[in-house]
Amino acid sequence: MDLHFGDSKPTDDERAAVDALLGAPESSWEGADRSDADLRWARGGREARDRRDLLLPGLHAINDRIGWISEGALDYLCRRLTVPPADAYGVATFYAMFSVKPRPATVLHVCTDLACAAAGAPGLCAGIEARLGPGSGVSVERSPCLGLCERAPAALAIKAGDPVRTAVSAPATVEAAVLAASAPDSAPEEPPAAMAVPQAGDPSLTLLRRVGAVDPSSLDDYRAHGGYTALRRAFALGPAGVIREVTDSGLVGRGGAAFPTGRKWQATASQPDRPHYLVCNADESEPGTFKDRVIMEGDPYALVEAMTIAAYATGAHRGYVYLRGEYPRAIHRMQHAVDQARARGLLGDDVLGQGYAFDIEIRRGAGAYICGEETALFNSIEGYRGEPRSKPPFPVEKGLFGRPTVENNVETLVNVLPILTMGAPAYAAIGTGRSTGPKLFCVSGSVDRPGIYELPFGATLGELLDAAGVRERLRAVLLGGAAGGFVRPDERDIPLTFEGTREAGTTLGSGVVMAFDDTVPLPRLLLRIAEFFRDESCGQCVPCRVGTVRQEEALHRIAERTGAAAADDIALLREVGRAMRDASICGLGQTAWNAVESAIDRLGAYE
Amino acid sequence: MTVTPLGIPRRLLEFTIDGEPVRAPEGSTILDACRAAGKDVPTLCQGDTLTPKNACRVCVVEVEGSRTLVPACSRRAEPGMEVRTDTERARHSRKIVLELLASSVDLSTTPQVAEWIKEYEAKPDRFGPDAARLNEEPKVDNDLYVRDYDKCILCYKCVDACGDQWQNTFAISVSGRGFDARIAVEHDAPLTDSACVYCGNCIEVCPTGALSFKSEFDMRAAGTWDRSAQTETTTVCAYCGVGCNLTLHVQDNEIVKVTSPHDNPVTHGNLCIKGRFGYQHVQNRD
Repeated sequence: MDLHFGDSKPTDDERAAVDALLGAPESSWEGADRSDADLRWARGGREARDRRDLLLPGLHAINDRIGWISEGALDYLCRRLTVPPADAYGVATFYAMFSVKPRPATVLHVCTDLACAAAGAPGLCAGIEARLGPGSGVSVERSPCLGLCERAPAALAIKAGDPVRTAVSAPATVEAAVLAASAPDSAPEEPPAAMAVPQAGDPSLTLLRRVGAVDPSSLDDYRAHGGYTALRRAFALGPAGVIREVTDSGLVGRGGAAFPTGRKWQATASQPDRPHYLVCNADESEPGTFKDRVIMEGDPYALVEAMTIAAYATGAHRGYVYLRGEYPRAIHRMQHAVDQARARGLLGDDVLGQGYAFDIEIRRGAGAYICGEETALFNSIEGYRGEPRSKPPFPVEKGLFGRPTVENNVETLVNVLPILTMGAPAYAAIGTGRSTGPKLFCVSGSVDRPGIYELPFGATLGELLDAAGVRERLRAVLLGGAAGGFVRPDERDIPLTFEGTREAGTTLGSGVVMAFDDTVPLPRLLLRIAEFFRDESCGQCVPCRVGTVRQEEALHRIAERTGAAAADDIALLREVGRAMRDASICGLGQTAWNAVESAIDRLGAYE
Repeated sequence: MTVTPLGIPRRLLEFTIDGEPVRAPEGSTILDACRAAGKDVPTLCQGDTLTPKNACRVCVVEVEGSRTLVPACSRRAEPGMEVRTDTERARHSRKIVLELLASSVDLSTTPQVAEWIKEYEAKPDRFGPDAARLNEEPKVDNDLYVRDYDKCILCYKCVDACGDQWQNTFAISVSGRGFDARIAVEHDAPLTDSACVYCGNCIEVCPTGALSFKSEFDMRAAGTWDRSAQTETTTVCAYCGVGCNLTLHVQDNEIVKVTSPHDNPVTHGNLCIKGRFGYQHVQNRD
């Protein structure tokens, strides 16, 4: 590849940040000073290009150290990886957490999404912006959902340096957020993950059993609480046996699409093309969702063990966890767990002495909701813009690096542990006939005890809301997040199962249950949802790229209108929404209009 | 004599389009089959020399059993498929896509789009006078061609032609995200600071006239561009021994732009800077 580079040079810091990730360059072909040998020997080629997937980690390395990505730094990274600078620029500008323009070393992300907006985010933002104006050394950015809904309103400070420092302020006050941004090291520590689990300690829990009970940094503690019994059973059953158990258990994907997990595993395992890959989708960005964060923070070894089982069953020897960039503590805990497991022979060339090789690599997202779409996530790992691919071919056939790939959500994977320890029939007995097992629900908003709740499928919405202590004057409940749908307060009898919500004309999605009272005007919430999708559309296809903008404009126009004055714009919303649902490439565009439509049809917004 | 390789014989698949049985060679797309059956499906981002990106979604059709509409340009035909090209549902999506594009992008130089807007009764004005537009100024930073991104529908064809599908120069990419996504070189620099080699293969594939010869851009600005007064003459480039075909577009005895036939089995419409832009000496009469 004959690449063209500009004259910009990296600073010593930028060079050091990249070299810390990739090692020192070996020749001038990779960006070192030119030596005589370089004139006789061309290096690079396929071997260098094959490292393209390190582009995103490289951009993180620069952004973590400096706070933004300069021309010189980007050029140097491109030289190291033999990536065209225009391509890398396209990737760097795709992600919300990166900046290609100079900015202060500290960025304070203040969540303005649904739960936080209802908890006073607009006032918080204004207060923070008044305190941290230009010259304060902090860049304040309004952010989509940070996945801290149980402690709304939330703010996340990231201070670039070596090492990068982060601090979470939630529930945030102006004072606390400013402290987190100006001195992340001295900000008070986050409460333990178990604080997000109001049922913690309840012996009937299955998935959340260990959250709060085990030390998330201790592998021994995990084993003392029943860890790694499922993997032993998996080795006893063999790959086909594991897939049979998972199929018989009736487990379906918990990320929102509810695809049967056993079928996905079987389809991948039977592909002759090698290698196979396992990808854990931990890019939990659906507004209102925070269950995966709590699992990874509170019980990280469970995910490591579950991934090992999934990989063993599907013939993969390499697994990736694609973890949200906005989850610093989950990243830290997961990395620690993977390192410990490797050191103890539970990952590596010979897992548990069974002659099976498997290892896990953690990749950080960088602020893009669309990267939770399975094929966009592949592109993101591979170092391309996180744009969805067209299907077919499906991931089980051509996924990560063009190879057969199993991609599962965090919650789906950890469900495999009880399936193997209790056996498929016992697991399938939990829940209803068509939705089996326990399910995690992320309850937030107008409730006294927000957090993650574990209930068997089949509990009703009312039971869940009562458990969480729903407050008076409930106006609406959002199921499934921004891509989900609103239901009325009187629809408490909706069974929380995939089939039950479908029959009720709504969706379970990823398990978001967000309660809203009448303090926040509904049109304001709908506008925030439309803004979210406009910001998060990748821009690849026309219905979503322009449609989300037109919908937001229409919702702006009718924010203060009702009845006949809003009718024309509602008709417009419906027409555009229908084309987005029918003709968008991926699920983002196809579902972007769902919540607003449900608010109009079910709640009578604008009537 | 040019010999076109025929490849191995391909199996014929049987399926239906709008209820009529059709047969198409294995590997063909629904669009190939539609065109072979004489049915018109509008396309914008599809290019005859490029892998379909299916980004514009104007070619969507209904396929029995599919939850969403499918892009005819990239979905491969399967035996037994039931394709319907002209249902209310497909026409609705096409209409909305045309409205969304026409309300945000300058489509004045996009061939055929005016006919489609009429055919599908699209009303781009319905989004009101405040509807967001791209609002880009033409980038005139070199003597050879102009990038007028106010006319860009983001079809990705120029990026694909510049990248691994043809030119392997990788001078441009999509940058930004969503409605703010734009085609750009690194750091949004002028073309003259980029890796561009001025082969003009991006102009060859641009469906909207966002990329155009400087000569065409200037003549359009001056109001002297007259398509009907132009002749097209296909000849052989004299610069090197490859022998690429050039189609010279001539108006008033001046070459105003150069294209290359896409069906040429060697070059598929691609040229280098010399063939594309090196014609000034022909009309130097001093």
